[in-house]
Amino acid sequence: MYDYNEFDAAFVAERNRQFRAQVERRVAGHLTEDEFRPLRLMNGLYLQLHAYMLRVAIPYGTLDSRKMRQLAHIAERWDKGYGHFTTRQNIQFNWPRLNDVPDILDALAEVEMHAIQTSGNTIRNVTADHFAGAAADEIADPRPVAELIRQWSTDHPEFQFLPRKFKIAITGSPNDRAVTRAHDIGLRMVERDGKPGFEVIVGGGLGRTPMIGKVIRDFLPQADLLPYLEAIVSVWNLLGRRDNKFKSRIKITVHEHGIDDIRTRVEERFEMLRPTFSGIDQTLFKEIKAAFAPPALHDRATAGFESAYRTDPVFRSWCDTNLAAHRAPDHAIVQISLKAHGATPGDASATQMRVMADLAERYGHDELRISHEQNVILPHVHKSDLPAVHASLRDAGLATANIGLVSDIIACPGMDYCALATARSIPIAQEIATRFDELKLEHEIGALKIKISGCINACGHHHVGHIGILGLDRAGVENYQITLGGDGSEAAALGDRTGPGFSAAEIIPAIERIVHAYLDHRTDPQETFLQTYRRLGMAPFKAALYDEVEAYAAQ
Amino acid sequence: MAKPFSPKVVTANALLEGDVVYLTADDRWTRHLSEAEILYDKGQADLRLMQADGQPDAVVGVYLAEVQPGPNGPEPAHFREDFRRTGPSNYPHGKQAEPSDV
Repeated sequence: MYDYNEFDAAFVAERNRQFRAQVERRVAGHLTEDEFRPLRLMNGLYLQLHAYMLRVAIPYGTLDSRKMRQLAHIAERWDKGYGHFTTRQNIQFNWPRLNDVPDILDALAEVEMHAIQTSGNTIRNVTADHFAGAAADEIADPRPVAELIRQWSTDHPEFQFLPRKFKIAITGSPNDRAVTRAHDIGLRMVERDGKPGFEVIVGGGLGRTPMIGKVIRDFLPQADLLPYLEAIVSVWNLLGRRDNKFKSRIKITVHEHGIDDIRTRVEERFEMLRPTFSGIDQTLFKEIKAAFAPPALHDRATAGFESAYRTDPVFRSWCDTNLAAHRAPDHAIVQISLKAHGATPGDASATQMRVMADLAERYGHDELRISHEQNVILPHVHKSDLPAVHASLRDAGLATANIGLVSDIIACPGMDYCALATARSIPIAQEIATRFDELKLEHEIGALKIKISGCINACGHHHVGHIGILGLDRAGVENYQITLGGDGSEAAALGDRTGPGFSAAEIIPAIERIVHAYLDHRTDPQETFLQTYRRLGMAPFKAALYDEVEAYAAQ
Repeated sequence: MAKPFSPKVVTANALLEGDVVYLTADDRWTRHLSEAEILYDKGQADLRLMQADGQPDAVVGVYLAEVQPGPNGPEPAHFREDFRRTGPSNYPHGKQAEPSDV
């Protein structure tokens, strides 16, 4: 875990002091809303439908128990006792009062957190693989690189007024859990001739014009990272469209100019910039790396785990769905589902946050991660501790065994909270999860990612959902479009639209028909939904959705 | 021919709490849509909007929202305004949690 140095602490304290004064001036009437809005957005404070919303960065999704407990404290003291974990590894508080926000920011600073650059046309919170530092398939821990990028991009003087927001994601594993191909810049840590470096992907993004990112450099030596990133962002900063908000993201710049043209410009700029990096970034990187030294794992027997696994079916089911392979075979990565059937995806109460903090401290080397899939991870748990961890989670309503299954749905806040939304997302997610729980089918269905966005901006990543749902306003009524075959992994693909959308009442049966069509057409239970879709294409699903409504309704 | 003007109310969020508020005929900001002043013509609506906009110390994000006059005052014409009037659907938070007789 990176600890703030004096510079970091002083910087955040100064920003908080400035914001406190700005809030005071706004409340006293010395600043108009037009003057204040950019200032509050620089500090992650939005105005939503029913209230303000404060978006707090959880850099590369990493937390410790102290930070998690402080989030619980903030939720209780200044909000309504819960927080919402987002698809960008942030946490959002939905009900802060404007004049409490300076105190909330000070409380965050006490635990080395902030809300800077979680909004506005800046480089946003850098996201990373949520299994970073623990995964069995990992080449290297991406978090030191993410922290280096955070420090470089925070308050970077050239990049405070970019054409639009800019998002960077990084993975250290060949199995991409960070959706790097759907980011403005995606970084994949690779090795060449034994030397560490990056595959650099640029111009990915979802939103109204979804694009899969393109490789701009297939191997960038590690030491060249910051000058190369600076070259990309500065090329786009000059070239990016400021005349049209919908064409301002780098994906459009890359699309309009072509990746070869952008590459030439970036390489030219990189040649200019590289000598200006004196090597201080590499010295800093070494220090940061030391802060992410892997925890000293225990060497203990796993017999207790094995016997619980054999004898307790509830525990076994949870292990089978919610654990992932740790690099140490006697350890496991525990995924805590924030998707209890019928609950709001990504929400955790203050009590639940404290339970997770306690478990991390007691059993997990004091580490917690937030995933872009809106779940929480204990990255390093010895297998012998799993029965105790499971029991505590169960008592806190956190032991839902559904990771990667049909009810593990990503959903943006939608029109229940968001001022931009065109339809609700949360109730659709709640109903789908509840329905498939009633059917007791989700373990039979297997791996299936449903992702729901309540508007075209696609915070719910619907384009890369195996089943994507997009909520729209059609003539004053909520209407839901479906896409199939999207994939956010290293084999990234955008989903294909099935056809006309469905009303709020029709969408749950429609999803059910798609799933039944999959069960009817799969070669065997090992063939996943995505594999079946890739083999058969749209036709059988379209038929189930639009032509065979009666037949499937009878099931 | 120009489209007939559909009735509107002036709405905004309260500066400190962010609560959804509506402008009343006697120049108060109310939490209840039913108490809002219904504006039937464009000139009047624009004037009230301008007056509301001139109160940055009380409200933020002022705009005109379409309503349908009903027996108990204005009703939302669009589902977005219905949610703003009520609160989120996943928790009993927001306006729906408040006593209705205040």
